[in-house]
Amino acid sequence: MEKLVYQESKCFIENFKYTFCPGCGHGYVLGIIAQLIDEFNIQGETIAVSSVGCSIFLEKFFKLDVVGASHGRSPCVATGVKRSKPNKFVFTYQGDGDALTIGFNETCHTALRGENITTICINNTNFGMTGGQASATSLPNQKTKTTPFGRDVSKYGYPIKAAEMVATCDGAAFVARCAVGSSKLYDDTKKILKKAFQNQINNVGYSFVEVLSSCPTNWGMSPVDANRHIVENVSKYYKLGVFKDITS
Amino acid sequence: MEDEEKILLKGNIAIAKAAINAGCECYFGYPITPQSEIGEYLSKAMIEEGRIFIPCESELAAINMVIGAGSTGTKAMTSSSSCGIALMQEAISAMYCQQVPGVIVSVMRGGPGLGNIAPSQGDYNQACYGGGNGDYKVIVLSPSTIQESIDLTYLSFHLAFKYRCPVILLADGILGQMMEPCSINKNPYNDYDYNIEKWALNGAKNREPRNLVSLHMDLGELEKLNYDLNKKFLEIEKNEIRYEIFLTDDANIIITAFGTVARVAKTAVKQAREMGIKVGLFRPITLSPFPSNKLGNLICSNVKIVLDVEMNLGQMLKDVRSSVFGKCAVKFMGKPGGGIINSDEILEKIIDINNNIES
Amino acid sequence: MEKSIIIAGYGGQGVLFAGKLLSYAAIIENMNTTWIPSYGAEMRGGSANCSVKIANDEIGSPIINKPDILIALNIPSFNRFEKDVKKDGLIIVCASENEVTKSRDDINYFFITLKNLTKNIQLSFINIVALSAMVRKTKLLKIESLILALNKLIPKNKLHMLTSNIEAIKLSAKFVFDNKNSKVFV
Repeated sequence: MEKLVYQESKCFIENFKYTFCPGCGHGYVLGIIAQLIDEFNIQGETIAVSSVGCSIFLEKFFKLDVVGASHGRSPCVATGVKRSKPNKFVFTYQGDGDALTIGFNETCHTALRGENITTICINNTNFGMTGGQASATSLPNQKTKTTPFGRDVSKYGYPIKAAEMVATCDGAAFVARCAVGSSKLYDDTKKILKKAFQNQINNVGYSFVEVLSSCPTNWGMSPVDANRHIVENVSKYYKLGVFKDITS
Repeated sequence: MEDEEKILLKGNIAIAKAAINAGCECYFGYPITPQSEIGEYLSKAMIEEGRIFIPCESELAAINMVIGAGSTGTKAMTSSSSCGIALMQEAISAMYCQQVPGVIVSVMRGGPGLGNIAPSQGDYNQACYGGGNGDYKVIVLSPSTIQESIDLTYLSFHLAFKYRCPVILLADGILGQMMEPCSINKNPYNDYDYNIEKWALNGAKNREPRNLVSLHMDLGELEKLNYDLNKKFLEIEKNEIRYEIFLTDDANIIITAFGTVARVAKTAVKQAREMGIKVGLFRPITLSPFPSNKLGNLICSNVKIVLDVEMNLGQMLKDVRSSVFGKCAVKFMGKPGGGIINSDEILEKIIDINNNIES
Repeated sequence: MEKSIIIAGYGGQGVLFAGKLLSYAAIIENMNTTWIPSYGAEMRGGSANCSVKIANDEIGSPIINKPDILIALNIPSFNRFEKDVKKDGLIIVCASENEVTKSRDDINYFFITLKNLTKNIQLSFINIVALSAMVRKTKLLKIESLILALNKLIPKNKLHMLTSNIEAIKLSAKFVFDNKNSKVFV
C-alpha cells in the first residue's frame, strides 16, 4: 500500500532552487509559509511583500504575487497593499536587519496602527546577505565581521528584544517568538505561524512573529552546530513564547 | 476649461480637492509647512468619501505606502516639502524600477537643510534629477496658477497610470498658500482605461504570479530593464511635453521661468512690451522631460539673449543652456533660500539687457 | 487696473477672513484676484497679515512689497507697514487720529473706530468695518459685492451673525460717505 509521506507545496514554483547556504533556517520557515498557504487555500489571494536581505527573493520560490520594498520599509508597503486591497492576504517576510535594525520604527508603527497583516521576521543575529556583519540583534560577545572582538555592549549597546517591545504596542494583536533548530521547535513555529495567518484571515489585526534562525555560514558553524547554538544560546537570550495574544 | 462657477481656493486645498476628483483612493502623509493643508483637508475628505487616509510615522513610510497601494493598481498620493521629499528619494528610484504608479506633491520651501518655510524653487534638481540611485527619471509637472495646480493634479494621476511611473507635482510655498479664483472642473481622464488588470497585484489566482521588485541579480537582467525603462521615458518625452510661450514671436529677449516665477515674469514681460521692448516668455510645464527642442527651436536669429529667472541659484539653467545650445547668450537672475523675486526686479533686468543689446 | 492691499492686525481679529471676503467680492465683479497669508511660524505669533491683489488682467506675483492700500486693524500693524505703502496710497487705520504718529505726507490716512459708527457694533466686527470703509472710500468694488461675498463665505456656525455683519458694513460705508472732507483716494 502506498502512503503519502511528503508532498511539495503547490505554492512553490516547480523545480525552484533555494538560494540559501546549506543549513540556513530560511528554508524551513519558507516551507512552513508555503504549507500554510496551501492549508488556508489562499495562494490566489495572497500578496507577499519582500524585504532586503536573504529574505528578498520570494518571487523566485513562490507562485505568489510579490511586491518588493526598500530596506526596512516592507511594513509600509504592506500597509499600502492591505489598505487598498483589504480582502487580500498580505504578509511581510523580513530579516532582523530589515525589520529590527533599519526598519524598527516602521515595524512598531505598523503594530501600533494594528494593520491587519502578518509579519514574519527571521532573526539570525547578523546581516546575512552582506556577509555576516553585526546587526541590532547580534548577541553580547558575538563575533561578526564588524565585531571581530565580539559585541562589546559597553560600546555597541545591547541586542534588541523586538518581540517584547512590539508586544507593548497596543495595536498588536499577536506577538510571538519561536525558533527553527530542532523538530520540536519547528513544530511550535508552524503552530505559531498558523495562528498568525489565521488572525489575519479572521481580521484580528497585526501579528508579529520573530523566528530565531540559523546562519551557519556567517556563524562559522556546521548546520548541526548552528541548530544547537539556537537551542542552547540564542533562545536563552531571546526567550521563546507568545508575548501577546488578544484572542486567547 | 469648462464654464464652472469660480471659487476661491488655496493651492494646497485645490490640489487636495483635485486628488479626490481624480479618484485618488489613498493618501499617506506626514505634516510639513508649507503643504500641511493638503493632509489636513484629506484627513476629513477621504474619510467622508470612504477612502484611505493614513497619518504616517515619516515621509519614508508615506512614500512606501504609496508603493504598496500603487502595486495593486490603486491611485495613491503623498505630499511633502523639500526635506521631506529628500527622505523619499530612495523609494522614488524604486518606484521607477518597479514600475509602480504614484503621485508625489512637492511644495518647495527654502533650503538647503531644514532651511526655512518661505517659498522657493530650490528643489528643481531634487525633483528632476533626484537623489535616488541609478539611471532613473521622473515626470515633473510645474503649475503656475491654482487652476493649473488642479489640472496638473489630474494629469499627474493620468501620467502615473498611463506610464506606470512616479509623477511629481512641483509647486512652491506661494502656490500652496495663495488663493485665486478657480473651478474644480471634471477630471478629463475619468474614462481612460489604464489596463491595470494586466499588471497590478491582486493575488495569482488562475494566472501566472506577478512581481514588482527592484532587485534584479540575473546576468544582464538589470541592463535590459534599464533600456526598456529608458525607452518608455523617451516615449513620454515624445508624447507628453507641455510648455507655454508668451509673446516670443518677434522677441529679442526670451525669459525662461517655471512655476510662480513664470507668472511674475509674465507681468514684467507685459510691462516691458508697453515700453517697446521685444521680450517674450518660455515656461516649461513638464520640467522633466524638459521641452528642450521647443525652447531650442525658439532661438532664431532675432533672439539675442535668453534670461533664465528662478527662485534658486540656477538649477534649471543647465537645461536652458543645453536647449539653447550656444545659439545665443544665456543670462541668469535668481534668489536662493526663500528669497522672492518681484516683477519690478525682472523688469529692471530686462531694461538693462535691452540697453546692452541696443548699444 | 491692479490694486494691492495688505490687511494686518492681531491674530483673531479676522484678518485672513477679511482678505478672503475682499477677494471673493472681486470674483463677484468678474475681476482677477489673489490672496496669500503670512504663514508658518509667523502665524503662531500675535500678528497676522494677508496680501490681496485685485486686477482686471492676469496677476503675476501674489506677494506685495509695496501695497497701494493698507488696512491696519491695530496700531502695531500701522507702525509696521506704514512705510511700505506706495506714494499716493491709502491707509485705513482702526484707531483715532490722535492715537498714532503719522510719518508720511505723501499718502492718505483714514481713521475709523467703532465709536464713529452710529450704533453699537461688536468689537469682533472691526475687520468687516475696516474693509467696508476701504471699499467705500476707494470705490474699488461695490459695497453690494462685499455683502454678497459675505453671504457666500460666512461659516455655518456664524450664520446668526450675518445680519449684524451686514449692518456693520453699511454703517461703516455711511460713516465714510458722511466724512467726505478727508481726501478722496482714486
